[in-house]
Amino acid sequence: MNDTTIEPLGEDALLLRLDRRIDADVNARVHALAARIEAARPAWLREVVPAYASLAVFLDDAADGENYLQAAHHWLRALLDGPDAACPAPGAETAPFDIPVCHAPAFAPDLDALAAHAGLSPREVVARHCAGDYRVAMVGFAPGFPYLLGLDPRLAMPRRATPRTRVPAGSVAIGGAQTGIYPRESPGGWHVIGRTPLALFDATREAPCLLAAGQRVRFVAIDEAGFDALSAGAGA
Amino acid sequence: MRIEVLAPGFATLLQDGGRSGLRRHGIATAGALDPWSFALANLLAGNPPGAPVLELTLSGPTLRFHAAARVALCGAGLDADVDGTPVPASRPLDLPAGSVLRLGRCLDGARAYLAVHGGLAVAPVLGSASTDLRAGFGGCEGRPLRRGDRLPLDSSVAVDALHVPAWWIDPAFDDRPPGGDPLVRLLPGSDATTPTDALFAQTWQVAPDSNRQGLRLQGNALEAADRGERVSEPVVPGTVQLPPDGQPIVLLADAQTHGGYPRIGHAIRADWPVLAQLRPGERLRFAPCTQAEAHRALCGQRQRLHRIALALDAKNDRRA
Repeated sequence: MNDTTIEPLGEDALLLRLDRRIDADVNARVHALAARIEAARPAWLREVVPAYASLAVFLDDAADGENYLQAAHHWLRALLDGPDAACPAPGAETAPFDIPVCHAPAFAPDLDALAAHAGLSPREVVARHCAGDYRVAMVGFAPGFPYLLGLDPRLAMPRRATPRTRVPAGSVAIGGAQTGIYPRESPGGWHVIGRTPLALFDATREAPCLLAAGQRVRFVAIDEAGFDALSAGAGA
Repeated sequence: MRIEVLAPGFATLLQDGGRSGLRRHGIATAGALDPWSFALANLLAGNPPGAPVLELTLSGPTLRFHAAARVALCGAGLDADVDGTPVPASRPLDLPAGSVLRLGRCLDGARAYLAVHGGLAVAPVLGSASTDLRAGFGGCEGRPLRRGDRLPLDSSVAVDALHVPAWWIDPAFDDRPPGGDPLVRLLPGSDATTPTDALFAQTWQVAPDSNRQGLRLQGNALEAADRGERVSEPVVPGTVQLPPDGQPIVLLADAQTHGGYPRIGHAIRADWPVLAQLRPGERLRFAPCTQAEAHRALCGQRQRLHRIALALDAKNDRRA
């Protein structure tokens, strides 16, 4: 018996909800389920879109028919109630992806405020942030924006009361108990504590997104010279 | 072989059928907001379905065609002329080289589509020529057209003088009678309102800050039955979100991939043309609907498009 619910999400997608919490174990189950569905590759499958505690299964329009949504629903229910095939979440056993981050004051406008809130020195905040073993819970909000699980609870801080109108691309930030990276300059309410020179999203790259849901991530502190060197390399 | 943008219009975008299968990367669908007028314009221009077109919002561009071209205009009604001669919508127009096509303000509806025979030769990004405005890629450098832009034209029609056929096709996408507030049918969402029919019991007004991401509505504030915090879950174009202020937002083609607001319904695909053509200040109503009804409505629309395609083929055969 599996208590995952299935409901329609519009006309050509189904939403599978495992839970209603932000939790690393729940999210790991989401990615394991996504991997099982993708591995089974039913003919009507267009895409699986994971979130924190749920995932959407999009159906191919070619499989159109009055009862196609219901047929997919039955197939998914059988998969959920079937034997739990050993299918690890993608990236579970792989090495973490290192994200270089420069915490120089010009790149970290909220580092001091976050340190004061946590009762730590800015140096300790950076050390704790870089000590974390993170996992990409989902990619959403904007192309390539990774929502990371695994933030040291001591570093959690409620979002800014007034969002910034401009957060530069590459900004590494903390919002509540989450941490993430802004792929592109945009408005944002998270506390910015550093910046990476890596391009999280580039539509012209063969793999447009640097990170995928389920992937392990680490932050590695670099100085301004390291940032400039990597920026120059990225621009070449 | 180019089209030169002499004046860009309010927000003119290159769009096609949009991007598919990339929502797990946070990449929106984008694409033509009114799929019906988009399909009709391509059909009339003699293009395959899904060819890139220009989508104009509220007011259109002025374009110089440096080569002869066959074009078709569908969607919102607007004043259009070729070198000062008024031209109508919903039929193919043959323009000689050097023509200046001026598209004015939309008189009814919010969006019109200009298809050009042979298509606008735009390099696809991530499988589509569509402009993703929020992410800033696709189409013309990920932005609306500007004065001075040059669009590559892949045209091969021989035209000596402006030709406007005496026939046209009926652009209606279904049999609903004209008049009254536009009606949009909704499938149930994950969340209920209190009372349950609150969304259907009133007429809504389109707010001025609506855009391709979402149609923001104004009316008596709604309340979600469960007002607890929610974890972000996948959302899709058509999803009706209810933010804390109680004013619903209907997500459109540029919808973000995930959202954390209560979801109180889903606008059916067959009614997306209605949503796309609403102007700020206009009114609309919602009605509940089932998956079977949504499917029948979409099939009906596709059959209608197919009948128009057959009629155009028959006309071309007679001319040949």
